[in-house]
Amino acid sequence: MTEASWRPAAELGTLRARADLLARVRGFFARAGVMEVETPVASRAAATDPALESLRTAWAGPGAAPQPLYLQTSPELAMKRLLAAGSGPIFQVCKVFRDGERGRLHHPEFTLLEWYRPGWDYRRLMEEVAELVRTALERPRLPVETLSYQELFQTPLGLDITGLDAEDLCRAALRQGIAGAEDLELSRDGWLDLLLTHRIESGLGRGCLTFVCDYPPSQAALARVRDEPEPVAERFELYLEGMELANGFQELTDAAEQRRRFSADLGRRAAVGMSGSPPDEAFLAALEAGMPESAGVALGIDRLLMVATGRRHIDEVLAFPVERA
Amino acid sequence: MANYSTNEFRGGLKVMLDGDPYVIVENEFVKPGKGQAFNRVKVRNLKTGRVVEKTFKSGESVEAADVHDTQMQYLYNDGELWHFMDPESFEQLTADANAVGETVKWIKEQDVCGVTLWNGVPLSIEAPNFVVLEITETDPGLKGDTSGGGGKPATLETGAVVRVPLFVQTGELIKVDTRTGEYVSRAKDG
Repeated sequence: MTEASWRPAAELGTLRARADLLARVRGFFARAGVMEVETPVASRAAATDPALESLRTAWAGPGAAPQPLYLQTSPELAMKRLLAAGSGPIFQVCKVFRDGERGRLHHPEFTLLEWYRPGWDYRRLMEEVAELVRTALERPRLPVETLSYQELFQTPLGLDITGLDAEDLCRAALRQGIAGAEDLELSRDGWLDLLLTHRIESGLGRGCLTFVCDYPPSQAALARVRDEPEPVAERFELYLEGMELANGFQELTDAAEQRRRFSADLGRRAAVGMSGSPPDEAFLAALEAGMPESAGVALGIDRLLMVATGRRHIDEVLAFPVERA
Repeated sequence: MANYSTNEFRGGLKVMLDGDPYVIVENEFVKPGKGQAFNRVKVRNLKTGRVVEKTFKSGESVEAADVHDTQMQYLYNDGELWHFMDPESFEQLTADANAVGETVKWIKEQDVCGVTLWNGVPLSIEAPNFVVLEITETDPGLKGDTSGGGGKPATLETGAVVRVPLFVQTGELIKVDTRTGEYVSRAKDG
């Protein structure tokens, strides 16, 4: 530890900007009639998504044996239980935790804004996301562009991904000159992620809010899949200044389908040697009891603050990054 | 040899890629929220000096390169190889022209140099940051000019050519910064 390491990494002015930004966010939802809620940070169920790894802790009641608790990777499942209980529209600002992630745009704990709109369709929610970001950044005229996931590859790379398999996409990555691609073993979605992160992402949302919507069903996560000749997941992402800022869904409300996705996720985790915990039965029971059709979204507050303050590294907007925590 | 996982990647780490030793120059973690995590790295080939990009799936590991830096005294050149000695163990090693590279024009016998060893063989030799060398040839400057403005080329005892102020003459010792190849000052004897 260096001598100066007790000091905050962020300038005090940036922490002030964080407080002001959060005040504008809360004001936005107060005006919109969306209720702020809190749900547990530590839960008995871990994330099942193979792209996420939960941090683990343990809890022991008085005189009892400790049982594992997992720090939330997002408050999604608990908030959906509130929706099923009839909460109406709700939002939450909370800390979430992801193991194994660290970099310029990643920190193992970060602040997420998550909200749900029962009775809304995801397209309408995308408009509200744009309004929220404009309000938070005090940039009321920030323009919006919307691309489908397929168009995302078409415009910058001239690549039509329809019908391309993993091998085709590997060749596309090599044509794009992505160094080391020849040594990678990836799934179809893995190759798409490689092209996205290496050749597309940094150009997205430059001076505007770029929404990407309608994802391949294999990347549906917890979004509803729309049956069309070419089925798409009703999912969207928001990019601003080259950063992924938000991810939203037309929420899956079908308990049986949800159970199938959980077990498919756990199967994929097991196949690559990741730990798995049983699915969240309380959440599945809430879906069985009936969750209203809803649209929901999660937005990274730290990255939004980076845009607001013109910072390049997430550490510059955190009081104490993990190395000084 | 040990392995390094991508989560240990950082600038300065030495790794083996395609049979060659590399040093990591830059490491960037990229990951879509719901997708595959990658480490995008810039690495420098320690044999050729070339910098290339590489991408790894996060969580993969690569073999560590048995590369370390040490200080050794330059003894002599036998016409083909350069001989160095560890000042503590007195162990001697030879380096070829490839490893010595441009450094050859700055070093003379007895100098203590930085040596990067890979599996015990010198990969590269670094001259001390500052060396004192004798001028073997330079035009006599104009009499009375002590301003140093303009300057002139001077050939040093090792064959290197540096720009020196007009008032510095053949036979004098000068101090040179080997990182920039620039004249620093006149030097006292020795």
